[in-house]
Amino acid sequence: MNITNPISSQKLKWRIFNDKLFSIVMITFAFISAIPLLSILYQLVKKGYKQIRLSFFTEVAPDTMEAIMAKANHEIIPGGIANGIVGTIIIVGMASLIAIPLGLITGIYLSEASKGKMTNMVRFVVDMLQGIPSIVLGVIAYIWIVKPVTSGFSALAGSVALSIMMLPSIVRSTEETLKMIPSTLKEAALSLGVPYYKTVLKVLLPTGMSGISTGIILGISRIAGETAPLMLTALGSSAINLDITQPSSAIPLLVWEFYNDPNLIDLIWGASLVLLLIIFLLNLLAKAISKKWKVQY
Amino acid sequence: MESTVLNKTDDRIIQIESPILNIDNLSVSYGGDKYSIMNVSAGIQKNKITAIMGPSGCGKSTLLRAINRMHELYPETHHKGGITLGGEDIYKINPIELRRKIGMVFQRPNPFPTMSIYDNVIAAYKLNGIKLKRSEKDEIVERSLQEVGLWDETKDALHKRGTFLSGGQQQRLCIARALAYKPEIILLDEPTSALDPIATAKIEDLLVKLKKNYTIILVTHNMGQAARISDHSMFMYIGELVEYGKTKKMFTTPKDERTEAYLTGKFG
Repeated sequence: MNITNPISSQKLKWRIFNDKLFSIVMITFAFISAIPLLSILYQLVKKGYKQIRLSFFTEVAPDTMEAIMAKANHEIIPGGIANGIVGTIIIVGMASLIAIPLGLITGIYLSEASKGKMTNMVRFVVDMLQGIPSIVLGVIAYIWIVKPVTSGFSALAGSVALSIMMLPSIVRSTEETLKMIPSTLKEAALSLGVPYYKTVLKVLLPTGMSGISTGIILGISRIAGETAPLMLTALGSSAINLDITQPSSAIPLLVWEFYNDPNLIDLIWGASLVLLLIIFLLNLLAKAISKKWKVQY
Repeated sequence: MESTVLNKTDDRIIQIESPILNIDNLSVSYGGDKYSIMNVSAGIQKNKITAIMGPSGCGKSTLLRAINRMHELYPETHHKGGITLGGEDIYKINPIELRRKIGMVFQRPNPFPTMSIYDNVIAAYKLNGIKLKRSEKDEIVERSLQEVGLWDETKDALHKRGTFLSGGQQQRLCIARALAYKPEIILLDEPTSALDPIATAKIEDLLVKLKKNYTIILVTHNMGQAARISDHSMFMYIGELVEYGKTKKMFTTPKDERTEAYLTGKFG
C-alpha cells in the first residue's frame, strides 16, 4: 500500500517559510524592546565613567563654587556622593525593617486564610496600595511623620513613605510563594504533632525562603531609586547624616539636586550610573538567591 | 447469594476483644448535613495491620484522618460519636498531643525539602523545639532508619537532603520520621500508590515487620495489598462500614454482597 503525504511539498515549503518569518519577527521585536535599556546604559557609562573614582564614594557632594573653580581650571568636578550613598542605605534599610515583617505576616495571612471577607479586603487594599502614586505616599508620610513626629524633614519620614511602597511586593510574593508549597508538607508537620504556628514558621517559611527573599530584594531595588516621596520627606542634606530625625540625602535626591544646578550637571551621570549599578546588583542577587535556595519537593 | 446473612448486621462486623482504639458510632461531615462517613463502629486490635478498603469517595481516608484528627484541617468539619485510644476520648486530648501518639504517613512521600535525611528523622523533635543531646539524636536516627531498613543505604549520606532519595526511599524516610516519636499507632493513607512495584514490595515487607511494635491502620486502593499484608480488613461503601473481619475470611467468604462485588472487581 502506498502512503502519500497529505501535505504537498509546496504547502510544506510555505509552512517552513512562515515558521522562519515568525521567528525573525519575534527576535526583531525582542531586540527593539531591549534598545532603551542598552542605550541608557551606554549614555550613563559614556558620560559618567570619568566621575567614578574612589573619592566619588568617600566625599560628599561639592558646592557650586568648587564646581565653578574646577571647571575654570578644566579639571573634573571634585567631591562625590557619599552623603547620598549613606542616606540611601539608612533610608532604604529602615524602610525594609518596617516593611519586611509587616509584609511577611500579611502574606502568610493571605495564603493561610485564603478565603473570607477579611482576606479579600486585605488583598484588595494591598493591590490598591500598589497603584498609589509615590508622590502621594510622600504627602502621607509628610502628614504622619514630618509634622507631628520629627517636626521637620527627616530620614525616618522618607523610610515610612518607602516602606509603604515596598509593602505590596513583599506581601504578594510571600503569598504566591507560600501558596505554591504543596499542602502535603503542612500535613506532614501537623501529623507529627507540630503546632500550627511552628509549622508556618519552621516548615513553610524556610521552604518558601527562595521566593520570599527574591520578592524582598526586588522590593528593595524598586524603592532604592524613588525620588518623589523623598523630596517631601527626607528633603536632602549636603553632609553625611546619621540621625534619622534629621533631613538626609539619598542618591536619587542628589541626581535631582545636580540637575537643578547648571554647574553640577556633569555629576548627574556618575550618580545615575552608581544608582543603576546598585539596582542591577540587587537584581542579580535576587536571581542568584532564587537559584541557590531553590527547593525541590 | 442468600439474603439470610444480610439481615444479621452484627455478623458482618467482627468484635475485637480489648481494642487499642475503639471507634464508636462515628459520623464525620466536612460541613452541612452531608456526612462523609456514617455510624462507623469498629475496634482496632493492637499489633495488627488493619486495612481499610473501598472505592473512591467511600470515606476511607476520612475515617483514617478522623483517628488523628487531621480532618479538622478543614474548617467546617464536625462529627458525631467518638473514638477512644486506650479508653481515653481522643476528642478530649489536645490534637497536638494526640498526633504524637498516632503517627501518619501520606500518599505521596513528603520529606521536608529544606532538611537533611538526619533532620527529617528527628523532625518531630526539632520542630517541636525538644532539645536532645547529640548522642540521643544519633541513637533515634539510627534506630528509626534501622526500623525502616534505610540505615545501610543512607548512613553515609545522612546530611544530604531527603529529597535526593528515590520515591520508595523517601516514603521509608517518612515512615521513619513517624516512628521516631515512638507512636502507638501508625496511620498510612495509600502509602504505596505513588511507588513502583519493587518499592511497594519493600514497604509491604516493612509494615509486616513493624506490626510487632506498632499497631498499623492502612488505607489502600489495592485489594491485593490488603490481602497480602493485613490481618483485618474493613470494606467501606458510600460512607458506611459494610463489612469488617479477618482478612482471609473476608476475601474467601465475604458476608455482604457489596463486599463480594467489590472484591471480585464488579465495581471500584
